[in-house]
Amino acid sequence: MKPSVSFLSKELLERIVSEARDVLADVGVEVHNNDVIALLSDHGARVDTAKNRVFLPGDLIDRALSTAPRSFKLYDALGQETHDFASDQTYFTPGSAAIYVLDSDTGKMRASTTDDYVKYARIISQLPYIASQSTSMVPSDVPERISDSYRLYLSLISGCKPVVTGAFTIEAFEVMKDLQLIVRGSGDALRARPLTVFSCCPTAPLKWSDVTSQNVVDCARYSIPVEYISMPLSGFVAPVTIVGSLVQHTAETLSGVVISQLTNPGAPALYGGSPAIFDVRYETTPMGAVETMMIDCAYSEIGHYLGLPTQAYISLSDAKQLDAQAGLESSLGATLATLAGINEVSGPGMLDFESCFSLEKLVVDNEICGMMQRLGQGIVPRDDFPAVPHFQELLAEQHLLISEHTRRHLRTEHYFPGPVIDRANRSRWHEEGATTLRERASREVQRLLSEYEPYDLADEMRGELGQRMTSEAQRWDMDRLPHEEL
Amino acid sequence: MESLTALKNSVIGGDEDSAADLTQRAIDANLAPKTILDDGLIAAMTIVGEQFKNHEVFLPEVLLAARAMNAAMEKLKPLLLSQNVPTLGRVVIGSVQGDLHDIGKNLVGIMLKGAGFEIIDLGHDVTPANFVDTAESESAGVIGMSALLTTTMPAMKQVVDLVHDRDLDSRIKTIVGGAPVTAEFASEINADAYGFDAASAVDRVKELLDITQ
Repeated sequence: MKPSVSFLSKELLERIVSEARDVLADVGVEVHNNDVIALLSDHGARVDTAKNRVFLPGDLIDRALSTAPRSFKLYDALGQETHDFASDQTYFTPGSAAIYVLDSDTGKMRASTTDDYVKYARIISQLPYIASQSTSMVPSDVPERISDSYRLYLSLISGCKPVVTGAFTIEAFEVMKDLQLIVRGSGDALRARPLTVFSCCPTAPLKWSDVTSQNVVDCARYSIPVEYISMPLSGFVAPVTIVGSLVQHTAETLSGVVISQLTNPGAPALYGGSPAIFDVRYETTPMGAVETMMIDCAYSEIGHYLGLPTQAYISLSDAKQLDAQAGLESSLGATLATLAGINEVSGPGMLDFESCFSLEKLVVDNEICGMMQRLGQGIVPRDDFPAVPHFQELLAEQHLLISEHTRRHLRTEHYFPGPVIDRANRSRWHEEGATTLRERASREVQRLLSEYEPYDLADEMRGELGQRMTSEAQRWDMDRLPHEEL
Repeated sequence: MESLTALKNSVIGGDEDSAADLTQRAIDANLAPKTILDDGLIAAMTIVGEQFKNHEVFLPEVLLAARAMNAAMEKLKPLLLSQNVPTLGRVVIGSVQGDLHDIGKNLVGIMLKGAGFEIIDLGHDVTPANFVDTAESESAGVIGMSALLTTTMPAMKQVVDLVHDRDLDSRIKTIVGGAPVTAEFASEINADAYGFDAASAVDRVKELLDITQ
């Protein structure tokens, strides 16, 4: 039995969904994209053209839900399956789109650059418990108009794992799609083996911008998976209560499902989000707040009830340093997410409300994810019965350290974290340098960077990716990409 | 020498049957028992000890290697005795008077045996006199004491004092360990060494007996 946690009774869950449907029918969503409005209107939605408001009737939502895939898979750059988003299996991916990095040497936050991104991509490709890359940082040393596609490019040439990403503009989608077509070889091959997940964010409350709604449409056309990232802020641009925030999240996310499924029935998507409570003391959106995590877990329950795989920005921290707060918020989120069965967890590596990435935190979080993998496997008997022979052996041998049973199950039953998490006795810890967690994390970052080996991407493909990216950079007056100087 | 490499690997891999078998073959091939011991068995255990320290293998692998080493020693021991080849050394171990806990002490015993030492295990609740008498009569170079309780730790000092009172300091070294025991405590009571875990106990005993392997 997989351990689980649940926050909503069936009655409450169904009431939240039903209220959200009422909101979509009576209040509607604001859409700032004429093609998307026309698409919805063509399928029977009522439109208030003056206010860009679209009212979605229940049957349209039902139709969209009936074609939305209940599961889908991701494949790495070499075509190997890495993710099966089904049931309550949990995968981790780093948090994404930080504009700052916590500098390893100075311990201070600064704008992230190509150099940071490449280091990140080299590290993430070696972390066993984080299944995908995300375009975690926005490099500040390239024009903004290519800072989204350039991240994807750097990820694809550095590491094999699939990439959770997103486009900042409508035009950028073209480049980002082309990069994927180069890796896969054709549109059909990309459709058959998705390589990325695109975050598409409605704006609270109940609004789709031109760019984000177009991104949903464009992804659906190529069957590129999306994750809808609804962000109600409880007490600010969403009701203060968790239930009220869930109604808003459900309405915003369902509107995304409708846009996607009307464009291309069967287009894959994750029922995702990045909600938060609003801390009225500091005007901040704490991702480490337990209420934020409760909203995440509860909407994942709703997503699963509606038959969709889920995603959440959880298991990240609001701390500004790799400190105790960073560890406790990340692991509390990771624990709840695993128990809630959220399928894709975006968070590792992230500090300061999703705005600052830390390579050291990433390697710490990798070990947290290792523990979560074990937690998710739950408690199952492994040759434990009948029990009497084990105890006879124990009494006869005085210990079971080398018993056949121990040897067979030790490494499945016990996860051994390290080198970051310390479990040495005090004397051995002293003997090994009496290091702090930060020092061990920093050492591990250096080790991974020195041991990095490029993956088996064909030179020809690497060249094509470079050409496509360079030609895009040249459109924005950059002749040479910074990574070529590294 | 090739056969010694295979023997070494069988010990490292914890394969007791093949360790015994390869030892017998090395004996049949007229290799000197001391060479088999030093270059095969002890060399293997030294490698496993290093791997353990570097977190490349865990305790079960070390104990399996020790078991394979013991299986090989069964074959080798009669020859070593008949040729008067000295063992690495003899160590008396036990949990101190008043202490009934012996899991840690047993682990140290297994590891020391695996490293090539001869072990005389006095069990638990061992009186100071029993420790010292035995070490003296058996010509053991080291007394290893274990305690799990802070209340029994003072018994360690009694053993150290008794060794000193009988003027045996130059012949018998003392080493202490156990969960509540610290390096500071060891030096306070004038014990010669402190082992913070079973693997470090092996290293310290080697140092006490001036063994460089």
